[in-house]
Amino acid sequence: MADNGVNKGRRRLLLGATTVVGAVGAVGVAVPFVASWQPSARARAAGAPVQADISKLEPGQRITVEWRGRPVWIVKRTQDMIERTENFDPARLVDPDSTAPQQPPYVTGPLRSIRPDISVLIGICTHLGCSPLFRPEPDDVDMAAWPGGYFCPCHGSYFDLSGRVFRNVPAPSNLEVPPYRFETDDIIIVGEDEEVA
Amino acid sequence: MGNPNRVKAESGIMRWVDDRFPATQMWQDHLSKYYAPKNFNFWYFFGSLAMLLLVNQILTGVWLTMSYNPSGEGAFASVEYIMRDVEYGWLIRYMHSTGASAFFVVIYLHMFRALLYGSYKAPRELVWIFGMAIYLLLMAEAFMGYLLPWGQMSYWGAQVIISLFATIPFIGPDLAQWIRGDFLISGITLNRFFALHVVALPIVILALVVLHIIALHEVGSNNPDGIDIKEKKDESGKPLDGIPFHPYYTVKDIFGVAVFLFVFAMVIFYFPEGGGYFLERPNFEPANPMVTPDHIAPVWYFTPFYAILRAITFDIGPLQAEFLGVVFMGGAIAVLFVLPWLDRSPVRSMRYKGWMSKVALLLFAISFVILGILGAIPATPIRTAVAQLCTVLYFAFFLLMPLYTKLEKSKPVPERVTG
Repeated sequence: MADNGVNKGRRRLLLGATTVVGAVGAVGVAVPFVASWQPSARARAAGAPVQADISKLEPGQRITVEWRGRPVWIVKRTQDMIERTENFDPARLVDPDSTAPQQPPYVTGPLRSIRPDISVLIGICTHLGCSPLFRPEPDDVDMAAWPGGYFCPCHGSYFDLSGRVFRNVPAPSNLEVPPYRFETDDIIIVGEDEEVA
Repeated sequence: MGNPNRVKAESGIMRWVDDRFPATQMWQDHLSKYYAPKNFNFWYFFGSLAMLLLVNQILTGVWLTMSYNPSGEGAFASVEYIMRDVEYGWLIRYMHSTGASAFFVVIYLHMFRALLYGSYKAPRELVWIFGMAIYLLLMAEAFMGYLLPWGQMSYWGAQVIISLFATIPFIGPDLAQWIRGDFLISGITLNRFFALHVVALPIVILALVVLHIIALHEVGSNNPDGIDIKEKKDESGKPLDGIPFHPYYTVKDIFGVAVFLFVFAMVIFYFPEGGGYFLERPNFEPANPMVTPDHIAPVWYFTPFYAILRAITFDIGPLQAEFLGVVFMGGAIAVLFVLPWLDRSPVRSMRYKGWMSKVALLLFAISFVILGILGAIPATPIRTAVAQLCTVLYFAFFLLMPLYTKLEKSKPVPERVTG
């Protein structure tokens, strides 16, 4: 025999087969290491979406729920509130069209909401993290043509009812809008994006 | 079995060792009979200084882990504990934090030397690539290390950088969440960054430093004239323009180390915060996910790339500006890896290249510094325009290199090294 009894074809087959099995094994071993970086069960539980029932919310009222350690305000706006916000002079606001990434993409326009009457905002001032006060009516704040909104008592930042920040206040950007969706007309899920159609 | 041709000591304990481990051979290969060109100048201090700083970072880093607490609740307080209560903790921490900045100063000068004298050109492509890999990992190492004090800038700097991954189309948000291990940067992120910063990355960086030096010693060091000293040898086979690394360059490097340590010690003792550039002011407040600092700037050694990221303010087709910024920032680093194949000049050193290469390198260096400044200060429309111009110059240096190095007329290279 010219090749000293070595069956080269069988050697190649065995080499190839072992390499493939080894590679599959290496990928399998990598799975737990890669998956281990996903949020743990505890992190997932702490960051889970929260559900809010707005069936008993009267127009003009606000409820607060907690999501990922932060207060989330849900306000049912009256028709008057909606009009005051929509007709407000945009020159007095820093970012009237919400160009800064402070909201999910499906929240647009001056009302910054999915439904005009329901406003959902994270109640943390974008300046130094205080929680602003709810001042919904024109007389609530000593300011000319106050459209209703939020006033931060710590350093005097003003936001309108959509959370849009006024000019010449310490806060740099609009209040954040969390991802949310309507499960039914009365149930809001805060922390989950609206289904993409 | 061992290599029978190895150099071994005649007798004694070294002979005993050499029969079991190639100690004498390695000593000769890398130090006493490693012939380096005799015309090394100021620019050749920085390789050995980088090694010194690597040792400094590892030594002080190990000591810091002894008192540091890598948890969201305890990290900030444990750093304060190190600074106030641990014996000499302040010194060890400042050696580590100043060492990080000094490391990048030295590495940038080391890389500029390579650009100046063509040290990346054949046959040293792998030396350059290993070096670039070290640079890339050092940036990851520094970024993760900066999260550990868990101050405001630690937190928000990491927030900005991890958000970069979220801009990648389709997989971005999931990728960012995978990196964080949580829905926002939390103690979980801190813990994994600690593990990577202290264990994983240092091991890989050390391995790459070994590869960098093995590759360098295989081909021999370049020099300011960019000529090959191995072409002119004496009758015993030693390069005529070479001198053994030890004792000649060990002594030269020790002098460099002494001068460097004067400056290093001065910073540690008198300006440990580096005017807010080595340790940024917001980092003296604990991390607070609810409060964003007014102005988020990365540490100075990342600012040129951060400025490139911010300079991309326009969409191209379906690609969003945010993602394009990340692409350009990544590209600014990636293009360095292929540098050896962009330079078509017949000569290595800038001394013998034509005027176009010289102007290109000058413009590149200036735009890199301007980008570094712009990346540290808030953006305005004018500054963004300047950053865009500098970004164009940065990329032009690399992308036009095949043209201008070929078009220009280089000067004749001397036979032997000069001065």
